[in-house]
Amino acid sequence: MSEHPHSSHYDAIVIGGGHNGLTAAAYLAKAGRKVLVLERRHVLGGAAVSEELYPGFTFSVCSYVVSLLRPHIIRELELARHGLEIIPLEASFLPLPNGDSLTRWSDPERTRREVARFSRHDSERLPEFSLAMTKLCWLAKRIIDEPAPDPASLAPRELLKLLRLGRTMKDDPTDLRWLNFKLLTMSAVDFLDLWFESDVLKAPMSVSGIIGTFLGVRSPGTAYVLLHHYMGEIDGAFRAWGFSKGGTGGISLAIANAARAHGAEILEQSGVERVLVHGGKANGVVLENGDTVRASTVISSVDPNRTFLRLVGEEHLEDEFAAQIRRYRLRGSSGKVNLALDRLPEFSCRPGDGPHLHGDIAIAPSIDYLERAYDEAKYGDFSERPYINVVIPSLVDPTVAPPGKHVMSCFVQYAPYDIKEGPEHWPERREAFGDAVVDTLAEYIPGLRESILYRQVLTPWDLEQEFGLTEGNIFHGELSLDQLLFLRPAAGWARYRTPIEGLWVCGSGTHPGGGIMGAPGELAAKTMLQSRAL
Amino acid sequence: MPVPTPFHPRTSGLCGSLLWKEWSGYYAVRSYDTCHEREYYALRHAAGLIDVSPLFKADLYGPDAAALLSLVTVRNLRKLRVGRVTYLCWCDDDGKVVDDGTVTRIGEQHYRLTGNGPLCGWLARYSDGFDVNVEDTSDAYGALALQGPLARAILVAAAGPEIEQLRFFRGRESAIGGIPVLITRTGYTGDLGYEIWVERDRAVEVWDRVMGAGRPYRIQPAGLDAMDVTRIEAGFVLCGVDYFPAHHCMLDSRKSSPYEIGLGWAVNLDREPFVGQRALREEVARGAVWELVGIEYDWDEYEALHAEYGLPPQVTSGAWRDAVPLYDTRGRQIGQATSGAWSPLLKKNLALATVRTGHAAPGTRVRVEVTVEYERRNVGATVVKTPFFDPARKKA
Repeated sequence: MSEHPHSSHYDAIVIGGGHNGLTAAAYLAKAGRKVLVLERRHVLGGAAVSEELYPGFTFSVCSYVVSLLRPHIIRELELARHGLEIIPLEASFLPLPNGDSLTRWSDPERTRREVARFSRHDSERLPEFSLAMTKLCWLAKRIIDEPAPDPASLAPRELLKLLRLGRTMKDDPTDLRWLNFKLLTMSAVDFLDLWFESDVLKAPMSVSGIIGTFLGVRSPGTAYVLLHHYMGEIDGAFRAWGFSKGGTGGISLAIANAARAHGAEILEQSGVERVLVHGGKANGVVLENGDTVRASTVISSVDPNRTFLRLVGEEHLEDEFAAQIRRYRLRGSSGKVNLALDRLPEFSCRPGDGPHLHGDIAIAPSIDYLERAYDEAKYGDFSERPYINVVIPSLVDPTVAPPGKHVMSCFVQYAPYDIKEGPEHWPERREAFGDAVVDTLAEYIPGLRESILYRQVLTPWDLEQEFGLTEGNIFHGELSLDQLLFLRPAAGWARYRTPIEGLWVCGSGTHPGGGIMGAPGELAAKTMLQSRAL
Repeated sequence: MPVPTPFHPRTSGLCGSLLWKEWSGYYAVRSYDTCHEREYYALRHAAGLIDVSPLFKADLYGPDAAALLSLVTVRNLRKLRVGRVTYLCWCDDDGKVVDDGTVTRIGEQHYRLTGNGPLCGWLARYSDGFDVNVEDTSDAYGALALQGPLARAILVAAAGPEIEQLRFFRGRESAIGGIPVLITRTGYTGDLGYEIWVERDRAVEVWDRVMGAGRPYRIQPAGLDAMDVTRIEAGFVLCGVDYFPAHHCMLDSRKSSPYEIGLGWAVNLDREPFVGQRALREEVARGAVWELVGIEYDWDEYEALHAEYGLPPQVTSGAWRDAVPLYDTRGRQIGQATSGAWSPLLKKNLALATVRTGHAAPGTRVRVEVTVEYERRNVGATVVKTPFFDPARKKA
C-alpha cells in the first residue's frame, strides 16, 4: 500500500526518487519551497540504490562506484552530516588470460614498474597522460558545473557566458586546446594511441570510453566518454573513484535525508501515471493508484523519453519537439550481474586476498576482445565474451556482506536492448546472458561457480521494466556529442525548462549528463529558483 | 610499495632509526641514526657511503649514441672523450628543463646517462633513425656515492692505486675485490668524492669491501638527510624541489629554462639542432626572467627576531624544502627560497632561491620569510655566489 501525500497542493512535485530527483528536491526545500518527491519503487535511489536481495548481502543493484558527485553539492547539502561515506578504490586490476595481470595503483612508482613489464615507453608516458587529462578535466569541470551555454541566443548574458568559456579555452596552451577538440571527435583507442603502445594498458583504459554507450572502443566520439569518466573527483583529486558505504543507495539516502531535513516530503510506492497538462500548462500529476496531486510546478527526473512521450503524451507537444525526443538515442548497451559469494573469489593469475582486489577489476584483455564484443552487439546479440567491470565492495565495506562472504558486482557490456528477437524476449535469454558472464569470469576465477550463493541478472529490458530506464540506458541517453551540452535533451531545451509551462526536467537526460553527479538535479533547481519559476 | 635497492641487505641492518623514505620507488635511508649529524660530519671530515641506486640509468650503445645524446640534451657530446663525465640537463621543445644528470663515456660507442626520472621513454621520442641501442639499466646496477676528504684514500685501498690518478669528472672501469665496477669522480656533495657503479648481483660484496677498506678512515654509511645538507652547501639544485620537470607541470609558470636554474653554462647553443634550441636562443636574446641564486641570512637580525619572542635563535637540524617567499627591501615579492639548511661547517644559514633577474647580483639585499611562534616575519639576507662551500680538494 502506498502512502498518501500529506497535502493536496505543493510548490513542486518531483517525479522519481533517484539521486537527481532527490537533489533537486533538497535544493528546492532548502530554499523554502514545499516539495513532494514521488518514487514508484519501494525503495529510494533509482539507479543509485542498495537492496538486500539475499539475506545478509546488500547489493549496489545498478550503479556501483561513485566519483562524479559534485563536491559543492556534498558541501551545500551537508551530505557528510546526512550519512554520506565514500571509501576510495585502491587499484585497477586487469587479469589476463595468459596467467599474467596488470595492476594500476594509486602509488605512481609502483604503477610505473608494473606497466613497464609490458611497455617501458608507456610506463613513462603515464604521468604525462594523467597531467593532460587533469588539465582537460579542469576545463570540463567549468562546463559541467554550470548550465549549458546557449549558442543560438544573442542575449548578452548568453554571449558573456560563451565568451567566458572561450576565454578559459584561450588561456589553455595551444596543444591542450587541440587535444580538447581531438577528444570531442576521436575514438577512445585513437586518443590513447596518442600516448601509448601497449594493448594491455590501452584496453582497460579504453573501456571508460564505452561504458553506457552503444559504441565500440574504436568508434569516433568515445574519447569524450572517456573524459567523462576521468572527471570524477574525490576531495578535489580527479580520477578518483570510490565505494559508497552501504552501496550506492547510501548516496541517495544521504540526499533524501538532507531533503527531508529541509522539509521535503518523499513518498515511495507512488508511481506517477501521467502529468496533468491543462491549457499547455502542467499543474499536477495523477498517480498509478488514481490519486491526483496538484502543484504549480512539476519536475521530472526520469528520462526524456519517458517524461515527454509517456507521462506528458505527444498530444501536448509540438511535432518538431516530439520528433527530437523520439530521435533522442537511448540504446541501452549494458547489463548487470550481482553475485553473493560464500568466499573470496580466487583469481588464478593472482590468488588470494590483496589490495589489487580492493578496486575495480576489468575483464578487458585486449582491444580486439572489446571490439569483438561490440561486433556481436551490433548484430543484435549480447557478447558471448563481454567486457566486465567487477567490484567486490565487501572487501572494504564490511556492512554489505556477512564476515568472510562477499558481494560481487559485475557491470557487463555489451547487452544491447534491441536483441534480434526483440527486446521483450530478453527474459527468455536472461539466464543465458548470466551464464555467459559467469563463464567468462570463471576463466579467470576457476572456483567462481561453486561459490555463488545467489545470482541476480539484470538485462537492459529489466533496467527498463524495473528501474524505468528507457531501453535500459544507464545515462538516460547516450553521452555522444550530438546529445550533450546545449543539445541535451533537445536543441533549445537544455536549460531544464520544457515546452510545457510549469514542467521542468532534472534527470541524467539533461546537462551535464549521467553518472552519480547530482549536477542535473542541482542545476535544474538553481535555474528554477533563479528564474523565480516557483 | 617501494622495492629494496641492491644494497638493502646491508642498509636495512644498519638503519637502526628505521627512518626510510621512498625514492623513485625504492626504499632509501633518510638517516641511519635518529639524527643525521654524525653522517653529515663523516661526509665533511672523513667519508660517507651513500646508496644512490634509485638514480635512473640508461646505457647507450652504437655509432650514433653521441649524436642522439647531443640532440636530446643541451650539450654537444660528440667531443666528450672516453673516460670523461659531464653534467647536463635536457629540455622540452619550449626549452624548459625536463631533468638533469650526468653522461659518462664508458667506451668508444658506450655512454651512460643518469637522471632523477625515467630516461628511456624520453630518449625513445627522438631515437628514430639513430643507430643506437638504448638499454634501461636502472635496475641492473647498484650505485654508491663515496664522498668526503678521505674518499680517495679509502677507494685506493679498495680498488687499487690507479684511483689516485682519477681526476675530477673522469671515470674508469676498475675492480673492487675482483668485482668489475665503474668508478666516476662525481657526486652530489660538492666535495672530493666518487660514485661506484656495480652489477646488482655483486653489489653487497662491493659494499662490504668499501666499508672494510673505510673502517680505519672512519667511514660512515650516510643517508639522504645528510646528503641534502651537503648538496645545499654545494649549491646543487634538486629536481622536484628547486625546479620542476617541465613535462609534469600543471602550469607553464612552474617550468624553468636551464638559464633560470643556474645551468646556462651547460648549454652549447650554437651547433647542430637539439631539442629546445630555438626556444633557448630566443631566451638568450630576450634574457631570462628568473635566476637561481644562493642567499645567506643575516644572523644578527635572525637572532634579534627570535629574541623578540624570548627565544634563542633556532635553526632546523636538517635541510628544509618548503618554499618560502622572498621580498625586496621595499616588501615586493621577488621570488622564493626553495630549499635551505643551516651549514654546521660554514656556520651560516643558507638557502637556494629563485629570484627575478635584477635581484640576482651578488650583494643584493633581500628579505626572506621566517616563521617564529606561528607568526610570519621576515629577515634580511644577501645574495651570494654559489657554491657556498667549494673546497680545493674537490678538484685536486
